[in-house]
Amino acid sequence: MTGAPVPGSGAAAGEAARPEATRPEAARPVSVRRPLLQRASGLLRWETLLLVVLALLVVEGTRLSKFFLTGPNFANLVSAVMEVAIVALPMTLIIITGEIDLSVESMIGLSGAIVGSLWAAGIPIEVGIVVVLIVGALGGLFNGLLVTRLGLPSLVVTLGTLALYRGFAQVILGPTAISSFPAGFTAFGFGNIPGTTIPWTLIVFSVLSVVFLLVTHRTWIGRQVFAVGKNKDAARYSGVRVGTLKTALFVVTGMIAALAGVILAARFSSARADNGTGLTLVVVTIVLLGGVDINGGKGTIAGVILAVFTLSVLQNELRLAGVSSEYQGVAVGLLLIGSVTAPYLARQARSYSDRARRGRQPPAGSVERGEVV
Amino acid sequence: MIYRAQRLAAGVAVLALVVAACGSSATPAPSVAPSVAPSVAAPSAAASPSAAPSAAASAAASAGALSVVVIPKQINNPYFDVAFKGAQKAASDLGGTVTQVGPSAADATQQVPFIQTATTQGVGAIVISADDATAVAPALQAAMAAGIKVVGYDSSPAVGAYNVFVNQADTAGIGKGLADMACDEAPSCTGEIAVLSAAQSATNQNAWIDAMKTTLKDAKYSKLVFDGVVYGNDDPQISTTQAQGLLQAHPNLKVIVAPTTVGIIAAAQVVRAAKKTGSVFVTGLGTPKGMQDYVKGGEAPEFALWNVTDLGYLAYAVAADLANGTIKGTEGETFTVKGINNDQPYTIGKDSVVVLGPPFVFNKANIDQFVASFGF
Repeated sequence: MTGAPVPGSGAAAGEAARPEATRPEAARPVSVRRPLLQRASGLLRWETLLLVVLALLVVEGTRLSKFFLTGPNFANLVSAVMEVAIVALPMTLIIITGEIDLSVESMIGLSGAIVGSLWAAGIPIEVGIVVVLIVGALGGLFNGLLVTRLGLPSLVVTLGTLALYRGFAQVILGPTAISSFPAGFTAFGFGNIPGTTIPWTLIVFSVLSVVFLLVTHRTWIGRQVFAVGKNKDAARYSGVRVGTLKTALFVVTGMIAALAGVILAARFSSARADNGTGLTLVVVTIVLLGGVDINGGKGTIAGVILAVFTLSVLQNELRLAGVSSEYQGVAVGLLLIGSVTAPYLARQARSYSDRARRGRQPPAGSVERGEVV
Repeated sequence: MIYRAQRLAAGVAVLALVVAACGSSATPAPSVAPSVAPSVAAPSAAASPSAAPSAAASAAASAGALSVVVIPKQINNPYFDVAFKGAQKAASDLGGTVTQVGPSAADATQQVPFIQTATTQGVGAIVISADDATAVAPALQAAMAAGIKVVGYDSSPAVGAYNVFVNQADTAGIGKGLADMACDEAPSCTGEIAVLSAAQSATNQNAWIDAMKTTLKDAKYSKLVFDGVVYGNDDPQISTTQAQGLLQAHPNLKVIVAPTTVGIIAAAQVVRAAKKTGSVFVTGLGTPKGMQDYVKGGEAPEFALWNVTDLGYLAYAVAADLANGTIKGTEGETFTVKGINNDQPYTIGKDSVVVLGPPFVFNKANIDQFVASFGF
């Protein structure tokens, strides 16, 4: 960063030469203070907008119903979304690398089916959970290998495994539903920490979010993920093992989807072959709402976490207001369209303002959202 | 630098929600204390209960201002809309307010958030037709623990997750009725029959199909061959596809038994479109108005149902009686509902089940009269 032209100092090539421009750069103070407008535009990021939207929704919620800002309602709106929330975390990384995994909802159903039929056969739940995590990893490995070794598009591969894993679930369970789970299992999925209105599943999500926040934005793994997303070939030539990285991401996604399937079965005390149907769309909606670019290379975990709560609060409010289910679907759809249109419009606006400022120094070292600086 | 903004954003959001979590109860209601006379306008009293839901439920009950939420298997299903009309009539006769909310698909996992919302709002009673008996049980039990009365109707939640279940007709009776109608329609009670049901997990359809299979074991039906069950999820498109699949997979099929008002119409349409009227017959449970054309056309010479409006009326009346303490929902209790069952008393049976009454069988001779008198 040293030696780069300092913006705002007026030392731009196109401007008329001024006395300061002739002084050597080394005499200038080292600290880089970007002009106020530029720093303010740094705040105008997707995550901030999302925070504002969330705050507005919360305010509207308190106006709409006196039950909105209560403990039990918080527990409801959180526990309703925890399964998709934990799957959204690895899905974020997958989408940042430019891939997608549509099979998560079927892995949710398959893992519920496996843990349910193992329980019905007398095997303890804990063993069942370990088994489904392994199954989830294997399922993710299958996805990853098809995408990386055979070079097939992940959209196509995971579309196939979406049907394949759901088929396995139906073969295992058929039309029956396992519903006699132990009380502790159901209490974990449905209940709160005794004495509070904090769902147990929120603890799982919190731990996973912290892990993903650190890994994505603080470690070399995250840096490689962004590098692969921005330019796969440049990353490979820089020594990033692209295939291994992507396969590992699919494995992690499979395992976490399996965990989500266990939580879903616990919450409803019911393992059915069609558990989780339709959840892939919700997960992708949340990730895109969180500001992750569908083309890859950009996004933050913080944005996705905010999106989880934004979507959950919105749905909760619509229910409290008695809005019928059809309009809820319309609202979520509009939210998703808005979330992909707004960044596009913002980019157009920024390119206009950039062109208007032509001739002046471009901002030095523009940093993409989420990168380690 | 960049992270500070994001971390701040995430931190503030989490903090706000944690503060909400630590908040123990609803903000105190600004309105009057619960001890109001029953003549106070029902909607406003129902809309402003006091803090804890249990206090709200008893407050609403003692004030005579009952608020009931009806959660059918799915909204936009004509059968449940008719039942809701009955519940609305009961609300205007007996007092109180009733609203209907529910999922757009017959999916129990989508019903649970509505149950939880109703619990949060502290309604007086929940009347529910369960998409899956056990999936809705934890949420219903939480509602009951909060003092809300739970009345099942049409499709039962798991035992222990309701106060009273209003069954529309005797399960064994419906099963026998389905078998008898299939036997009547199959020439000389001989041939292949198959079932087009609703959702795989639906408590009521599964119980009726089991009862029908038990009846079919009898010698009288020995020449009927049971080909199996397909599921239409109470969705017209899926039911149509499944009915077409049945016709293709079983060329010698004689009768399609559809114990669901959505499925029976789809099956009759498919038989007519495939020009199999007279060689394949349809029976099951259907609304008179929906099936009138197919009875006259010969696709469905016989089918059955009950008075769905009365079902909704009775469910609301039971909820009202539970809420004001007239009945507790225990086996052996009796109660009467004016205008239903010819004013004869009902007795609560095993597992707190009340049966509405006997079903009606519709055919060409009486279909017009029933369409006129039922209105649906």
